[in-house]
Amino acid sequence: MLKVEGISKTFFAGTVNEKTALKNVSLEMKPGDFITVIGGNGAGKSTLLNAVAGVFKVDSGKIYIDDVDVTQMAEHKRAAYIGRVFQDPMMGTASGMMVEENLAIAARRGKTLSLRWGFRDDESVEFKEKLAKLNLGLEDRMKSRMVTLSGGQRQAITLLMATLRRPKLLLLDEHTAALDPKTAEKVLDLTKKIVEENALTTLMVTHNMRDALRFGNRLLMLNDGEILLDIHGEEKAKMTVHDLLEAFEKSGGEDVSDRMLLS
Amino acid sequence: MDELIISTVAQGLLWSVMAMGVFITFRTLNIADLSVEGSFPLGGAVAAMLLAEKVNPATAIVAAGLAGMLAGAVSGLLYTKLKIPALMAGILTMIALYSVNLRVMGKANLSLLNTDTIFTSLEFLKLSPNLTTFVAGLCIAVAIPLWLYWFFGTEIGMAVRATGNNPQMIRAMGVNTDDMFLLGLVLSNGLVAVSGALIAQDNGFADVGMGAGTIVIGLASVIIGEVVFGTRNFKNSLISVVLGSILYRIVIAIVLYLGMPPNDLKLFTAILVAIALSLPLVKAKWDSRMVGM
Repeated sequence: MLKVEGISKTFFAGTVNEKTALKNVSLEMKPGDFITVIGGNGAGKSTLLNAVAGVFKVDSGKIYIDDVDVTQMAEHKRAAYIGRVFQDPMMGTASGMMVEENLAIAARRGKTLSLRWGFRDDESVEFKEKLAKLNLGLEDRMKSRMVTLSGGQRQAITLLMATLRRPKLLLLDEHTAALDPKTAEKVLDLTKKIVEENALTTLMVTHNMRDALRFGNRLLMLNDGEILLDIHGEEKAKMTVHDLLEAFEKSGGEDVSDRMLLS
Repeated sequence: MDELIISTVAQGLLWSVMAMGVFITFRTLNIADLSVEGSFPLGGAVAAMLLAEKVNPATAIVAAGLAGMLAGAVSGLLYTKLKIPALMAGILTMIALYSVNLRVMGKANLSLLNTDTIFTSLEFLKLSPNLTTFVAGLCIAVAIPLWLYWFFGTEIGMAVRATGNNPQMIRAMGVNTDDMFLLGLVLSNGLVAVSGALIAQDNGFADVGMGAGTIVIGLASVIIGEVVFGTRNFKNSLISVVLGSILYRIVIAIVLYLGMPPNDLKLFTAILVAIALSLPLVKAKWDSRMVGM
């Protein structure tokens, strides 16, 4: 499904701000894998996701999606394979456009656009049904501009948009971090539901250890641009936050960030 | 007096084509494009040069529009391919166009008094000159927003709007944002040049300096329209631009009628736009003060 072979990325190379964000990272995902990614600030979690999404080109290494080499492929071309939800609820939608328009754009992710009218009536019906399933009363707000919705509503719609056309890979970059705990919980539940219903191959970054253990069938812990821990299936299912911290210290993790502990 | 009102509204209609161009970049793409200061006289220059050569007025206007689109493409390529900031890219194009416009006309001013124009070709309607301009302006100021409404409702048009709204999001949806910025700038400058061609024919001359202040007049029209006529949805916004352009001309006519020296017009317009741009902030401050009381 997704195959990452020894990718490295250094930002601001040759300056005082030089920062090696990824060091020779390799990762292979099977179809239907739901991997949670944790790690402290600057561990390289978001960098890994952005490298896969093509926000920047990696310095070395290869990235394959379904055996297609996408290493040199531009971000907008990779979008045909990838659905994304960002940390900032403002990021995933066009705020000045209507809910319906945002969904119509998402329904055409990765397709060649034409001068046909931007959305069809039968699509509107489908959008309405899918919005109703979110249980947020959004089906009555198809004509509302995104900017008038709350952060949680926007994230829920972004999630729906990312999966409206089934992506080969779903990338979730701390998509609940900016929400209040109750809303975050709701969006996480939705995430679980959508991922399971569509059997999506998912990579979810979180700073919350409990969520990282609760969701998915595999867990990666990054530290300083490297994969420190890679825990699968049964082993992951039995793990507690305490075990995770212990494993982290044993494998040479320097300091556990306060943020990770508190979550 | 009636003639004055008709002439003012007609002017507003002709200028509204330019304002729609500014609306595309300033509101839809969310960039300030100064190339319009050059593409407006470019449209005038191309049309005047062709009309002086006895070319059909409609053809001349189309040619002016194409020239404007080319100018927009230059700004667009500077911005997207060479990563020059939009403001700077526009300034470079604007300055370059000054020389281009002089070359097109061969001199700084080209009279159209003894040539056929789009307005003289409508003389068969047997209307007064002002009413003729009004009718022509009305046709154009209805046709172009209708076309824009269609275009921005298509798949590509929606992608252009989303690009101005949130480039990151639309890239994640598989759209090449560079292409969308380029397309928007081409379209915008094409409209501005068409407006320049119309205004030159209405004035009876094209002048290399006729573009000075285009962007501010465009912004004034867009903002006045938004404040007075609203921005509920895209359709409403488009109509607001046309009505804003007319209202701007009426405001100008009134202050001139009240005795303001014409030389102070640009200063007045700049102050008007500054006030309009700061309105949201002033309103927010005022509202929060009212809540405090």
